[in-house]
Amino acid sequence: MQVHPEAPVQEPRPVQRSEIALDGVERRFGRRSTVVALRGLDLRVEAGEVLAVVGPSGCGKSTLLELVAGLQQPDAGSVSVTGATAYMPQRDLLLPWRDALGNAALALECQGLGRRDARERAGALFARFGLAEFERARPSELSGGMRQRVAFLRTLLPGRPVLLLDEPFGALDSITRTSMQGWLAGALAAEPRTVLLVTHDVEEAVLLADRVAVLSPRPGRVVAELDVRLARPRRRRDALGDPAFVELVRRALDVLAVGA
Amino acid sequence: MRTFPRVALATLLLALVLAAWQGVASLDSVDDLTLASPAETATALSDDWSLLMDNAWVTLEEVLLGLAIAVVAGAVLAVAMHLWQPLRDAAYPLLIASQAIPIVVLAPIFVLAFDYGMGPKLAIVALICFFPITVNVLDGLRSTPAELLKLMRSLGASRLQTLRKVELPAALPSFFTGLRVAASVSVIGAVFGEWAGADEGLGRLVLLANNQLQTPRAYAGIVLLTLMAVALFALATIADRLLCPWNREEAKA
Repeated sequence: MQVHPEAPVQEPRPVQRSEIALDGVERRFGRRSTVVALRGLDLRVEAGEVLAVVGPSGCGKSTLLELVAGLQQPDAGSVSVTGATAYMPQRDLLLPWRDALGNAALALECQGLGRRDARERAGALFARFGLAEFERARPSELSGGMRQRVAFLRTLLPGRPVLLLDEPFGALDSITRTSMQGWLAGALAAEPRTVLLVTHDVEEAVLLADRVAVLSPRPGRVVAELDVRLARPRRRRDALGDPAFVELVRRALDVLAVGA
Repeated sequence: MRTFPRVALATLLLALVLAAWQGVASLDSVDDLTLASPAETATALSDDWSLLMDNAWVTLEEVLLGLAIAVVAGAVLAVAMHLWQPLRDAAYPLLIASQAIPIVVLAPIFVLAFDYGMGPKLAIVALICFFPITVNVLDGLRSTPAELLKLMRSLGASRLQTLRKVELPAALPSFFTGLRVAASVSVIGAVFGEWAGADEGLGRLVLLANNQLQTPRAYAGIVLLTLMAVALFALATIADRLLCPWNREEAKA
């Protein structure tokens, strides 16, 4: 997008532009494709929206993300994504031979930026990610929460508009998870992106998302969508005392219990 | 705390072996020409020091150059085989066949083909060292975690970027495993090469001393050859620790 100084900066935007659209998606695995991971899955994520997908384990949540990331192709149906996607896998997958700064800079290097420039741009954000003074630390010297923040930085740095997060806090202890959830909510409020968040934690989904889609057990499809009409960012401590929040979590759990 | 008892135990075992060797060599029934004692070997080491050193340098040069050729050729072939499946399928059987050839038989043929000089020795050392390096580097490249490759794809990395930033560093510890094996067999290669025809080198000196019934000198040469192999192995291990510190950290974690 080009911005001319004399022209109005605000570009007219179509209302409710779908950034991610999945229509009747089917995905099969295994020998002779006998295992159906997803079937008849429809899902839409609007620009700037945070959509959380919850479902029982093995319902194809990760598959769904990889389809949107373009790492897999659907066997039927269509997947369309408007913006470029940044995919953050379940594990932090930091390279053990690179220091924290080098790991954060990896995505920029893959875009063709020189090593030094990439490190510089990543380094500028280290303090804001709570990583100051850990630039040269190897992944083995970092705590779980810090490793996850480095992975986040790596994911966010290329500035892609669509974020795909696969259980980003699944491997963390519950105290670290709570603080990282607060941190992500704040980061998204400061710099809005379109987010597709996959999680098995219903409370996390309701805490972070504008909308929660509940998947059925395999073959996965969307069985319910819940609108979370609460202002973001939400703090877990406040949310737990909010009857509306608690009611939403209960409804999501009810849908999951029926499907299972 | 760990290092001290390890060194002490190794020294103790070495001392026991030397003592046993000295004991057997001192028996009346054992001819001095058949078995030189450690003391006699030490004497030969100091008496023939300059002769031994001159020849040791020649052998060391053969070993290091041959090893260097093997490292470059092995690594390049491994990367090429990794990147191009048809080459991997085509070259793998040949690679294994190259190890089935008995080097002892091959050495004289090489000498015939390449003449007396350095050539055949380098060829034999390189041939012996090539296999462990190629196989280990290839293994290392292929065992890069699939998740990391997926991550690189999601970041939009090119094939070459993935190779440089992920696969090659991931294969580095395996390369050093191969290098350690190669370093320890490289000296054997140089000795075979010299036995097949040479006018200098430790291997030739040992052969000559043996024929001339100068048993202590032959033993002194063998001791030096052994030290050379052990030193090369140790150097490869040190290089591994310096260049792949993460490998030990991960193992500890």
